[in-house]
Amino acid sequence: MINKLAAMSVKVLDLDEALDFYVNKLGLEVGKDVKQGTYRWLTVRVPGDPSTEIHLDQPGPPVQDEATADQLRELIAKGAMGGPVFEADDVRALYETLKARGVTDFTQEPNDNFYGTDMGVRDPFGNAIRILQPKLAGAAKA
Amino acid sequence: MTREAEELNRRLLRARDAMDRAYPEPLNVRAVAAVAHISQAHFIRTFRSVFGETPHRYLQRRRVERSMFLLRETDRSVTDICFDVGFTSRGTFVRTFKEIVGETPSEYRAGHEPIDAPHCFQMWATRPVRSSSFGDAPARAAP
Repeated sequence: MINKLAAMSVKVLDLDEALDFYVNKLGLEVGKDVKQGTYRWLTVRVPGDPSTEIHLDQPGPPVQDEATADQLRELIAKGAMGGPVFEADDVRALYETLKARGVTDFTQEPNDNFYGTDMGVRDPFGNAIRILQPKLAGAAKA
Repeated sequence: MTREAEELNRRLLRARDAMDRAYPEPLNVRAVAAVAHISQAHFIRTFRSVFGETPHRYLQRRRVERSMFLLRETDRSVTDICFDVGFTSRGTFVRTFKEIVGETPSEYRAGHEPIDAPHCFQMWATRPVRSSSFGDAPARAAP
């Protein structure tokens, strides 16, 4: 039986730019940053929660040939690849923090829903990130 | 894919996001093209090339998706919802809605209950599927 999500990948166009965004803007922390030849295994994770790593994955050799990487880059840049969903304890405060850190590509400002408050933002490459502040248990609509 | 093409796609995506956020407002192609830093004429052609539909048609699907959400989730009248999502005529709204969804707004409301799923999922999952039969007739579509 599977009992944990250990890692997931987010396709990015540039690892250093991704690292800056996910750590310095979004507030995640570096997990692994390991180089093997030309390949770099770079992960970030939610601070204090080492159980799930987010692999920042730049398309290209040796994993994909250049033609395939081209297709992936095109899809990333047009926002077709999706992205992670995070939880936060105060989405509105986080929204202000992100703006203060220079983040501008919000797809949705904080919005109240029956399940909680959520917002949307894109990373520098076009991936859509959702951030949810769940409603407290018992307060959610049935 | 060249770095220039990636950046163009990214700028077009930024423009599309701007349309998503301001969907009830009249489509100002010049302003949206400015978000992408390209000319108005070039914007429409390039948007269609990248996303497979014109900005106008994209906005129309966005508005209809929002109206479907409001019909399912609220008690607002069809007329109020029509104006909420950016149509300026109830007749145009009902006709366009039926053309896209296959039933009138009232029929849709009667047959659909609120969906117990996150807002973003509803936004993606209930966006009307593109077809060649709607959206490119400006006189009948958005104001």
